Amino acid sequence: MTADTWFEVASSACLLIGALLSLAAGVGLLRFPDALSRMHAATKPQIAGLAFILLAIALEQRNWGTISTLFLVMLFQMLTAPVAAHMVGRAAYRTRHLRRELLLTDELADVVDRASHDLATDPANRPE
Amino acid sequence: MSGVKGSIWRQVPLLLWLVVLWTLLWDQVSVLSVVTGILLALLVTRVFYLPPVELPDRVNPLGLVVFLGHFLFDLVRASFQVAWLAIDPRRVPTSSIVAVQLSTKSDLSLTLTALAVSLVPGSLVVEADRQDDILYLHVLGTETAADVEKARADVVAVEERIVRAIGSRDDVRRVNLSRADRSLGPIISGRRQRAWEERHPAIPVEQYTSEGGYPE
Repeated sequence: MTADTWFEVASSACLLIGALLSLAAGVGLLRFPDALSRMHAATKPQIAGLAFILLAIALEQRNWGTISTLFLVMLFQMLTAPVAAHMVGRAAYRTRHLRRELLLTDELADVVDRASHDLATDPANRPE
Repeated sequence: MSGVKGSIWRQVPLLLWLVVLWTLLWDQVSVLSVVTGILLALLVTRVFYLPPVELPDRVNPLGLVVFLGHFLFDLVRASFQVAWLAIDPRRVPTSSIVAVQLSTKSDLSLTLTALAVSLVPGSLVVEADRQDDILYLHVLGTETAADVEKARADVVAVEERIVRAIGSRDDVRRVNLSRADRSLGPIISGRRQRAWEERHPAIPVEQYTSEGGYPE
């Protein structure tokens, strides 16, 4: 087989893996029980899924113009996805969109309770 | 360190990065793209002004390679694990919200640790306590208390790798002290680190400035 064929094969394999990871993300979104668990499925396999698909494009095209653009796509996805996940996760926790019976431990509950208690009893002690 | 000159020098890496970003977006290096890049970088940093990030005073290239290698490996491995949890028909995963006490005090190390932990599937930062440097994570698939402890130890290990790669001298000292509490050896204990520690005596936590970092 020529080098081109090998690149084609590697590129197709990456494309398939990326697609499978994205499929699993979709399944997880449906199957996971509460908002916080769903955030894992919605944001995470996507990062690796996107990485594999971008890798497939890079292997297929193999020129620096494309690769530099793919690098930027990946970089900004990696910078923004955690922030989005954090904001939605934080809001989900505060609005109680989670099923506590499925949690093994919750080490944040006490802190939030204490903070809201302080807030209720003494506004001057308002934590930041 | 402070003053107008200091603040301009601290902006240089950001300006350079913005110019590189602009030329990458154009896919070509030409006089036009570089000149417009410089003008835009200056304009953007004036219009959307942000407080300059405290850049670390040391970089360890080997540490960076180790961190990136670990990170990519964790990313791929954990992606498949979460993908499997999603399609495994036998059970619904049990999660936990875990508090992790970090040892560093700098914005950069805290942010990078939170980013790296968030990007690896299975852990999600729900809340970050900047005052006391605690990250609260939602960890997927923790069936036992041992899993919770393992998740906590993993985050501490990520922080240590980041500090070893690009933590400031102050971060390194804090991580070394916290490792000493757990009777582990220091991550960096070179001559320059020791010299820095002698010149900069540790400040008690109560007297620490809210923005972090040492007043020079």
